[in-house]
Amino acid sequence: MIDEDFTRGLLEQHTFLTKVSHEDCLCLLCPPEHWVEIAKFLRNEETFELLADLTAIDQGEESEFRFTVVAHYYSRIHHDYLRIKCDCTDSLSPKIPSLSSIFPAADWHERETFDMFGIEFTDHPNLKRILMWDEYPYFPLRKEFPLAGIDTPLPADDVVEVTQASVEPAPMMGGPFVTSGSGPMSNSEPRAKDESWTEEVEKSK
Amino acid sequence: MSTTTKEISIGDVAARGAEGASQIESERMALNVGPSHPTTHGVLRLIMELNGDLIEKCEPVLGYLHRGDEKIAENMTYNQFVPYTDRLDYLAPLANNVAYALSVEKLAGVEVPERCEAIRVLVCELARISSHLLGMGVFGMDAGAWTPFMYTFTEREKLYTLFEELTGARFTTSYTRIGGVARDVPEGWLERVSKFCDELPKATSEVEKLLTRNRIFIDRTEGIGQISKEDALAYGMTGPNLRASGIDLDLRKDKPYSGYEKYDFDVPIGTRGDCYDRYLVRIEEVNQSLRIIKQVIADFPGGSWYAEDAKKIFAPPKEKILSSMEELIQNFMIVTEGPQIPSGEIYFEAENPKGALGFYVVSKGGGVPYRMKIRAPSFCNLSILEKLAPGHMLSDITVILGSLDFVMGECDR
Repeated sequence: MIDEDFTRGLLEQHTFLTKVSHEDCLCLLCPPEHWVEIAKFLRNEETFELLADLTAIDQGEESEFRFTVVAHYYSRIHHDYLRIKCDCTDSLSPKIPSLSSIFPAADWHERETFDMFGIEFTDHPNLKRILMWDEYPYFPLRKEFPLAGIDTPLPADDVVEVTQASVEPAPMMGGPFVTSGSGPMSNSEPRAKDESWTEEVEKSK
Repeated sequence: MSTTTKEISIGDVAARGAEGASQIESERMALNVGPSHPTTHGVLRLIMELNGDLIEKCEPVLGYLHRGDEKIAENMTYNQFVPYTDRLDYLAPLANNVAYALSVEKLAGVEVPERCEAIRVLVCELARISSHLLGMGVFGMDAGAWTPFMYTFTEREKLYTLFEELTGARFTTSYTRIGGVARDVPEGWLERVSKFCDELPKATSEVEKLLTRNRIFIDRTEGIGQISKEDALAYGMTGPNLRASGIDLDLRKDKPYSGYEKYDFDVPIGTRGDCYDRYLVRIEEVNQSLRIIKQVIADFPGGSWYAEDAKKIFAPPKEKILSSMEELIQNFMIVTEGPQIPSGEIYFEAENPKGALGFYVVSKGGGVPYRMKIRAPSFCNLSILEKLAPGHMLSDITVILGSLDFVMGECDR
């Protein structure tokens, strides 16, 4: 486990770090310009050689720093995690240096974070979407993105040109199941258009 | 009549490939594998550049099974998300359920009683056996050995019957709740688990007989897809794949949770980190899981199976709800508003069959998480493919994918 001595030593050596909390694991805040430096230090000088996870949090549009990137490192000597956070200074086009040159594991995690939040990782070797398709125009894990999603044109014009295949989106409306797409989740679930067979309708007769 | 056996040496497979490549004028081509292909165990797509039969570049394309689980989690209460965890690593849903419940409980500061911990360890290990049996079976099949798959699937069928008796469902178990489990173990179930555990070694030894010393299997897997210790760590691999590379990282030992420290078991590690080692590690992990299960059953604690004092988190059993006012209100509040979790954040990883399944939960209070990140072991384990595949023959990609034992449901989330 990471103890007080270790924390003190780390904070004294790196004055730019600030301690946020130490509840489940030690959590430190790091400015973006030292983000790579501390990762390098943790890997080479300390024993945190496993980058367990890297993700981001959207703090909401009204926050001073909207996007916080969070990395979890694991040490096989301490048997403990270390959480390092970094606030992206620019909320409109968030940027942070990439860790992929130090931890190859960061490559995919950063691509996912870019995909979901639109955070740009500078110096990333291959920063493109990983879960959504390349032409997808939105960042789904941002708080303003609706749960039901937004209709997007299918990336198929060129495909249709070559293959002559017909590509049409599955119907959200007008199919056998319809969804209102708004209101509480219980109402926006897809329902059969013709509900004459259900109990509910029979009761109301 | 007496028979004599003669072993015929067929040389090193990789070496033969290299020889062949130098002799024959080969052609470069691009090859697309998947997203729907028996090799890819789901919907993984690989875009490869080949030089003859040698892979020069391999680019995995993910996202064909992306359902936005993390977004969904932000829009529902903690207990409502349990069924979604079934669909992460759908070969070991019980282990996912437990990992999820443990992480939210850690955030809420809830401690579950001993009996609940024992049940959870038991189902986690059964899930591990189930997942590894499939992993070994399809790995054998990928390498051309059909029969072991039949043996392992017969055993998995028995496991599914046990899961059904316990949870009411065979695949999508949704067994845990925040602060406990959905129900206590049914009468006679532990005996049936014991019986299964007594019978299983017979089946695994059959599999071992068919694979472990099988010349063809060894030729196809030994020295193929070798991952060094440094690479395995750098790419964030976990679970059996990491241990096969010789690193003894097992969270059940290193950061024990749910009472794993009480049980005596060994952590098998490999020496070379090739496909064969990954198979050996898995088969030994099944034996170790059996050891744990036997210890759990031998010393199965009594008492309550859910956290009774967590009144704002765990809904009491149905018969109490229907007979007492206080419990009725408690149930109503939990169902309508969700378990009340204090604000804060937590990162918790559990040692799942595929590796460390992590949940990073950020709560701002109330019954719905503000942010939930799922750290999927298959996602991290697959990221090494880009580095691992080049230099191998095309036919090796089948074996490499089989040995990595990933699940796309978890990888794409």
